[in-house]
Amino acid sequence: MGSANTNMSLKMPEVDTSVVSRRDDIINRLRQIVPPGPLGEGVIDDPRALRAYECDGLSAYRQLPMVVVLPETTQQVSKILAYCHENGIKVVARGSGTSLSGGALPLADAVMIGLGKFNRVLEMDFDNRCVVTQPGVSNLAISHAVAHRGFYYAPDPSSQIACSIGGNVAENSGGVHCLKYGLTTNNVLGVEMVLMNGEVIRLGGKHLDAGGYDILGVVTGSEGLLGIITEVTVRILRKPETARAALIGFPQVAAAGDCVASIIGEGIIPGGMEMMDRPAIKAAEAFVHAGYPLDVEALLIVELDGPQAEVDYLIGRVQAIAERLGATHFRLSTSDAERENFWAGRKAAFPAVGRLSPDYYCMDGTIPRGRLPEVLTRIAEMSKAYNLGVANVFHAGDGNLHPLILYDANNEGELEKAEAFGSDILKLCVEVGGVLTGEHGVGVEKRDLMPTMFNETDLNQQQRVKCAFDPDGLLNPGKMFPTLHRCAELGRVHVHRGETRFPDLPRF
Amino acid sequence: MQTHFTSAQLQEPGIQTANDILRACVHCGFCLSACPTYALLGDERDSPRGRIYLIKDMLESDAAPTEEVVRHVDRCLSCLGCMTACPSGVHYQHYVDNARIHIEENFTRPWFDRTVRRLIAAVLPYPGRAKLAFRAARLARPFAGLLGGRLKAMLKLVPNTALGETREPTVYPAQGVRRKRVALLPGCVQDVLRSGINDATIRLLTRLGCEVVIAPGTSCCGALTHHLGYDAPARDFIAANVEAWIRELDGDGIDAIVTNAAGCGTVVKDYGHMAADDPALAEKAKRVAGLTRDISELLTELAPLKGVVGDLPPLAYQDACSLRNGQQVTAQPRALLSSVGFDVRELNDGALCCGSAGSYNILQPDIAAALRTRKAAAIGATAAQVAATGNIGCLTHLQVAVEIPVLHTVELLDWATGGPNPLAAE
Repeated sequence: MGSANTNMSLKMPEVDTSVVSRRDDIINRLRQIVPPGPLGEGVIDDPRALRAYECDGLSAYRQLPMVVVLPETTQQVSKILAYCHENGIKVVARGSGTSLSGGALPLADAVMIGLGKFNRVLEMDFDNRCVVTQPGVSNLAISHAVAHRGFYYAPDPSSQIACSIGGNVAENSGGVHCLKYGLTTNNVLGVEMVLMNGEVIRLGGKHLDAGGYDILGVVTGSEGLLGIITEVTVRILRKPETARAALIGFPQVAAAGDCVASIIGEGIIPGGMEMMDRPAIKAAEAFVHAGYPLDVEALLIVELDGPQAEVDYLIGRVQAIAERLGATHFRLSTSDAERENFWAGRKAAFPAVGRLSPDYYCMDGTIPRGRLPEVLTRIAEMSKAYNLGVANVFHAGDGNLHPLILYDANNEGELEKAEAFGSDILKLCVEVGGVLTGEHGVGVEKRDLMPTMFNETDLNQQQRVKCAFDPDGLLNPGKMFPTLHRCAELGRVHVHRGETRFPDLPRF
Repeated sequence: MQTHFTSAQLQEPGIQTANDILRACVHCGFCLSACPTYALLGDERDSPRGRIYLIKDMLESDAAPTEEVVRHVDRCLSCLGCMTACPSGVHYQHYVDNARIHIEENFTRPWFDRTVRRLIAAVLPYPGRAKLAFRAARLARPFAGLLGGRLKAMLKLVPNTALGETREPTVYPAQGVRRKRVALLPGCVQDVLRSGINDATIRLLTRLGCEVVIAPGTSCCGALTHHLGYDAPARDFIAANVEAWIRELDGDGIDAIVTNAAGCGTVVKDYGHMAADDPALAEKAKRVAGLTRDISELLTELAPLKGVVGDLPPLAYQDACSLRNGQQVTAQPRALLSSVGFDVRELNDGALCCGSAGSYNILQPDIAAALRTRKAAAIGATAAQVAATGNIGCLTHLQVAVEIPVLHTVELLDWATGGPNPLAAE
């Protein structure tokens, strides 16, 4: 079926030929569970049509799924998983397919479950300050649904216009306003989730902090390895009374980095604090015409929100810090429309870089904020050494870097070069005391780098959590963990130091 | 995005264009949010990104288009919401139009599908034929229940109001001092379905000091056939219009070409691209495209308008996709309507297409009706008493499901500035 992806340098679990040989039966059974609807189809098996599902937002890695099914109800999801569980069939879930870490990369022997039809907001509960929604609803659609009452959902990934809330929970997504308001994990109150055996469970509810172990905390950010989320309850917040954003331009990247450190150092917590370098500014400005200065090396967008008096006071302090550090450009938003336009450019910056280069590889390392100037200098040196351009966009307030490596996949060998460059950047992040991922997840992208951060004991411990939910390892295998273990083996107590046990296990 | 065309394939201009467009796409998925069919169907294949992918595979493989690809390309409304949402500048309009031509040339549609499409292309662009067809449709309407989805959809769209006459070439002189001389594209079906739109346009423009010319030789803009993938007839229409306006330009001169059907406007503004490979026409087409303005753009140049009617009804404004996405004209109609005294209300999910989309509501009646139902609910929620839009297609399509009158922006502007009340004629 279809061509294997000869271009893929990534190793995925060995294809289970006994499953692939039963493909026709599997498709028939799935068609019984999810028949065609009045408008669209429920099961996709045509190899040409499956192309559309071969990758997510990380298009460097591609693989045709065995079959795609588009359920509409929790019951259908439950039946699909129960069937796959009984028959030893792997499953990969997909929301809007915007992942930048390949979290929804299909497998040749797996059923892909697309959750695009779960697209309704179920309940807006203003008294309890929460929204209950289906997982395929986009992040921004939640804010839109409650805007008429002056509310919003705080975490705002740059892809919020399209990314699904279910995917946000799976990846524990961040966003420009997470500096002050927390990540997805701080804003999700409850989920309905289907386990691999088809069992439907509910975690949390409309309240903060359920009793017992924080299983919801375990599930948030589990990258589709523990279950499939079929409903999400999130906290909504009242929009701040005042919000103003400042564009602050600097002639050197280091000065912008110092400005970020000084603002945080002086105890100011902006609603969002973002940085872009010259190439990113240029690309974003070409799309939104937000009025970004084009003659600076680094641009900060700093938003302050809260009561008017507080905002006015803090803007004064931020301006003083910026001027002290040699800012050459300072412009305040004068209306909400203008403020939103400042952000629109930043939020579109990744894909806008598509204007500079046919392909980009987006990294997601996090570093201690104080090391920023040093890390940027080293990235610039690597860029020269690899002879690949780089545009930097990042959540400066959180120290979460998103260097975008510019390459052209049509030039032979360039993807491999970009991968090596990216790997060096992430190793650098760990070296300076940071971590491999800020918010995009490990997926397949950072999977093989996990040992630079975690030792085998750490990784085995994490896999035991996976085993508690999915002992057969059928949910999204090949993501997150560089070495697959059978759960039974992890249960054994003693591992002899220096001795590779279970040499038959796949290692990627 | 990586592409896999051979160097031989890249010699073809169509493939070269597609390749250039594809290289801009980074597969980010932002376009999904702007796509009405994805909102409805939740299937990647019915999203812009999915279609881009399916079309890419079709072109790269050099094989005949499969039914699968054709189905999903056919479901695209060409509302171009994806282009407005796209940060990396993918020219989806040219890409999908290219694919439609490729499909028409390399795929044999089932008999019924083929016949309906040919019928649309042979009837709608010609006002005389369209009028006969609409008359026949009215006679057939009692039997609509016996017919299949597409025919039923077609019959529903024919309004009960009087059918208009074909507008002959003529010149409408300016009132008072002549400020501008403009050529109006009256559109093909527009005068038959609702001649009041062109009447209002002409009244308003002449009142504001414009001489309005219906140039001899102009006819359908070519959009209907172009979007069906019929390249040759579309090119004939384009050539006829371009030559007619160039004669006018080089004769008594014109300051602008005005369109009041947004769907036509988008295509006329794209004539430069569409005729780029025709050496005899390319330069002229570029000149024509550069002079083309939507009526709301021209009125903004002629503003301020002076409202003379007190107590106007609250109004819901629906962007025609061809204005919003095809021409990036969103602020002007709203500003004009507000300036003459309307309370302009926005729709929830206002950026999503209403489902009209040229002949789409005939070819894909189920999806079109589902989108219309959503739109009608959004219009209802505003509690407005009249709805305005800038395109005859949207207007006719919406009126089937919307309880308040749906009028063209220009009819309401004409009324508010001294013309007859279009609501009285309803």
